[in-house]
Amino acid sequence: MGRNSATVGRRLGAAVLVSGALALTGCGTDDNSGLPGALDFTEENLRCGPEGALLASGSSAQANAMEVWVNTYQASCPGGQVTYKATGSGAGVQEFLQGTTAFAGSDSVLSEEEIAESRSVCADGGRAVHLPLVAGPIAVGYHLPGVEDLMLDAPTMARIFDSGITRWNDPAIAALNPHARLPDLPITPFHRSDGSGTTDNFTAYLHAAAPEAWRHAPGKTWRGRGGQSADGSSNLVGMVKRYEGAISYFELSYAHRNGISTARLDTGAGSPVAATVTAASRALSGARPGGGDLALTLDYATHEAGRYPIVLVTYEILCDRGNRPGSLEQVRAFLRYAAGDAGQRALAGIDYAPIPAATIQQVRRRVDALA
Amino acid sequence: MNATTQRHPGGASRRAARLGDRIFAGLAKGSGITLLLTMAAVAVFLTVRATLALREDEGNFLTTFEWRTGGEDPEFGIAVLLFGTAASSLIAMLLAVPVAVGIALFLTHYAPRRLAAPIAWLVDLLAAVPSIVYGLWGALYLVPRLTGCYEWLDGAFGWTGVLSYAGAPARSLMTVGILLAVMILPIVTSVTREVFRQTPRATQEAALALGATRWEVVRMTVLPFGRSGIVSASMLGLGRALGETMAVATVLSPSFLIHASLLDSGGGTFAQNIASQFKEADTAGRDALIASGLVLFLLTLLVNGAARLIIARRREYAGAAL
Amino acid sequence: MTGRLRPPEDPGGEEERLRAAMPPGEPGPTRDLPAGAPGARPPAAPSPAPPGAAPPPAPRPVLRPPRLPRWSLAALLTGSLAVGTAAGLICRLSSHLQWGLIAAAVFVAATFGLTARVEGRRRAADRLAALLVWACFAVAVLPLAALVGETVARGAPGVDGYFLTHSMNGVLSWQHGGGVYHALLGTLEQVLLASLLALPVGLLTAVYLVEYGRGRLAAVVTFFVDVMAGIPSIVAGLFVLSLWITILDLGYSGLAGSLALALLMTPIVVRSTEEMLRLVPNELREAALALGVPKWRTTLRVVLPTCAGGIATGVMLALARIAGETAPILLLVFGTNMINRDPFHGAQSSLPLYVYEQWSFGTEPAYERAWAAALVLIALVMLLNLLARALARWKGPRPGP
Repeated sequence: MGRNSATVGRRLGAAVLVSGALALTGCGTDDNSGLPGALDFTEENLRCGPEGALLASGSSAQANAMEVWVNTYQASCPGGQVTYKATGSGAGVQEFLQGTTAFAGSDSVLSEEEIAESRSVCADGGRAVHLPLVAGPIAVGYHLPGVEDLMLDAPTMARIFDSGITRWNDPAIAALNPHARLPDLPITPFHRSDGSGTTDNFTAYLHAAAPEAWRHAPGKTWRGRGGQSADGSSNLVGMVKRYEGAISYFELSYAHRNGISTARLDTGAGSPVAATVTAASRALSGARPGGGDLALTLDYATHEAGRYPIVLVTYEILCDRGNRPGSLEQVRAFLRYAAGDAGQRALAGIDYAPIPAATIQQVRRRVDALA
Repeated sequence: MNATTQRHPGGASRRAARLGDRIFAGLAKGSGITLLLTMAAVAVFLTVRATLALREDEGNFLTTFEWRTGGEDPEFGIAVLLFGTAASSLIAMLLAVPVAVGIALFLTHYAPRRLAAPIAWLVDLLAAVPSIVYGLWGALYLVPRLTGCYEWLDGAFGWTGVLSYAGAPARSLMTVGILLAVMILPIVTSVTREVFRQTPRATQEAALALGATRWEVVRMTVLPFGRSGIVSASMLGLGRALGETMAVATVLSPSFLIHASLLDSGGGTFAQNIASQFKEADTAGRDALIASGLVLFLLTLLVNGAARLIIARRREYAGAAL
Repeated sequence: MTGRLRPPEDPGGEEERLRAAMPPGEPGPTRDLPAGAPGARPPAAPSPAPPGAAPPPAPRPVLRPPRLPRWSLAALLTGSLAVGTAAGLICRLSSHLQWGLIAAAVFVAATFGLTARVEGRRRAADRLAALLVWACFAVAVLPLAALVGETVARGAPGVDGYFLTHSMNGVLSWQHGGGVYHALLGTLEQVLLASLLALPVGLLTAVYLVEYGRGRLAAVVTFFVDVMAGIPSIVAGLFVLSLWITILDLGYSGLAGSLALALLMTPIVVRSTEEMLRLVPNELREAALALGVPKWRTTLRVVLPTCAGGIATGVMLALARIAGETAPILLLVFGTNMINRDPFHGAQSSLPLYVYEQWSFGTEPAYERAWAAALVLIALVMLLNLLARALARWKGPRPGP
């Protein structure tokens, strides 16, 4: 049987080798602009940095904004490559502190220890600073067929996420939604399994607005009881989308990209407020940077009408001095675009709120001063 | 050896041969030593880092129900992970091994020939499907479909407490066990089938000649012959199940709790915990993960060692080396 | 997998055990039948249990034992289905699964009872066992068929020329389109690099163990190969992450991923190669040595070519195994949307990682891409497996003269 099949074998092997070699050498391309529905990401006045690759990781709340920024930057700057991995704020900060990424995205402010630790990553006596680039409302998304505009208030929400209320037709929810036909379904609250700035902001809101119902200390790690968990905002969205009776919290951008209904909030201001960019921007207008850094302090317990209080500001975290010389110019170019008019304008289309004008001016100055 | 070379005239070629021999033997020995050193480096590295982590641990490494590695006083323990790993792997074994033995019997002794060959081939190919595909399938296909099944289990056996179910999406240790069972089924089947196929024909025919029914042939010749093979195949499957990462990470809802009910979502396994924690762990946190990884390593080693022992006791079977 | 290539040896004690199990007074089994010629598949010998389970030839004066007529099974099946439906309807069971389970239970019980009454207990047990074995098959086929079916059904529409030749650059996670080229390229490069690292060491170690290895060192190496085979893939990834990326600060790259893959691949290669080398008959080596061929040439020119097919099979299976590894890759290559042809610098992607990433995006278009990429991944692994099988068939080890 030997010879004949051996030649066939050799031929087959050769075919596989040739196709493998073809795959390796070249017929692939990065150009997806020919797709139906493809967006034109090129931006006219973008000041490109030098060629090279840039790694960053962190917050998944700003991941959608980053996707747009990164694609715009890459489309406008041939040879420039920026990779942002949405691993969660906790992971992003860690990877930055270990020196494996150029900057971190985080929705939480660094702790004192983390800033102290950053001095070993930043050369020339530099330390980590916060540059607020994106803000937005954290929406409470739910999956409940037949219920379009659910309304919740802070104590009810706290009890739902703490497994105090376990069915959708609970009197507490029914009292807030007299006209809705609430089904007799178990509630499955989903929370983040990874360390997350979204969790930090959300629990900070619950703690501030419903201190009686939510006794856990706010933080990046979820402390509530019960419920299910998933990794990253996008996975939470996937869960809510797939399972009836699910409820969870994530950036509004995610809810809109996936057609998920979001709850309106009764803040005690008279009329309920929906999770919208405008309402979030109003809440943000009260935020002020403090203590020499650009980290913003938010008022979660606001009762003012038209303000959506569950907002987060997400930062890029990097060294003010002593960034890696290899990537510095590119980081500067990328952040200059993101903090610039064009970058901030791009946010509106994907349901993020731009940073208030006074603050973004300071951010631009800091970006220029990076060393 | 010496005698052979002496008879050869031509000192130059002999020296060349000697040199070639020495180089080749040196190369072979060298790579053996390289491998040894690599492995020793891995072992030493993991052990040192794990020891560092254990020294930092404020809680009891074996009994703490918490995984808090950052900050001032880290407190972490493997109780939940150990339970989750053991429970899910055991469920997988309980489900997969009997069925795998059944299919192996089916393929060797029951199925019509025309059916058996292609199915055997298919099973072997399925054994090579990457675990991430099982994970994707588990998360998007299996989990939504298990809810009804769990409701029924709750109705029938909910009173035991172990199988009660509250109605949340089925992202529990039981689901992990089922998915792992599906995953290791082809592996266990194909190894078991090989063993069954090697049952000596003579004994089987002898049994038939004595008037044994087909089942009696299986019970008296095939199963006793293949018993150790089944055990080592199961160990192989168990080893896979213990170390599986992605299939668990996609299906489980991770939490640091042990629920009384296997159907309640939550829990964790060693491998899944490493995969989900490593990225936000600082150096000390990674050491802690390494410590847990070392425990998993030892578990796997134990299982593999047991499999090796069983195989060694039965030399006629050599297929589980892979 | 390799067991097939080895002639089945005679197990000791089988005869005794069998004799003990048989009713006393009957003649023991004879052992004059060959246990199968070495190396060759047994010819179309009468299968031990031909389909239909004809009873063993009875003595001449035919006293046929009572048997159930052939239609009885079909009748029983129909009957039990009816009972299941009726029970379901009467007890108002909502789940059709329960109807089916009741029907199955009734069918099994009725078959057993009836056969036991008419044909005797032994036959009834035989029937029951056959039913169980078939049931096992059915139970196992369901999820496996669902897995393959679902992956093909949901993945196939997404796999086309565009998908295979484009990266994800410029495609937002909630948009349709994009491709898998960068990931495919990454996987190929990483697997290639890993095998460049693992193959020489693995093959030479196996040669050392079989051809040269005597004494303490060989025993230690064998032991460590065993230990190494037990490293869970995620632990290998963690090791490389801590050493290569955190301590040595060499950055995320395809190479870091291949290091972990090589760590996983080496023991597989050593073991399968060792297995194959031991199959080469000693006569071959002795003949070559007797002709004055130096040992290294004997090994390279005689021993290795003899089992080249078997070694290649083992290598291919190892490649297929590491090509699907996700966990260590997830920790080490960072992942990117653009094509990065250089595995030594910068973030790369890989197929398994791509599947995981797209799954994590949680949007419908991303799920579609995940399924399509899963299909591509399966195809790649299957290709390697088929290649391994083909090699095993064409160039399988042949016993020496």
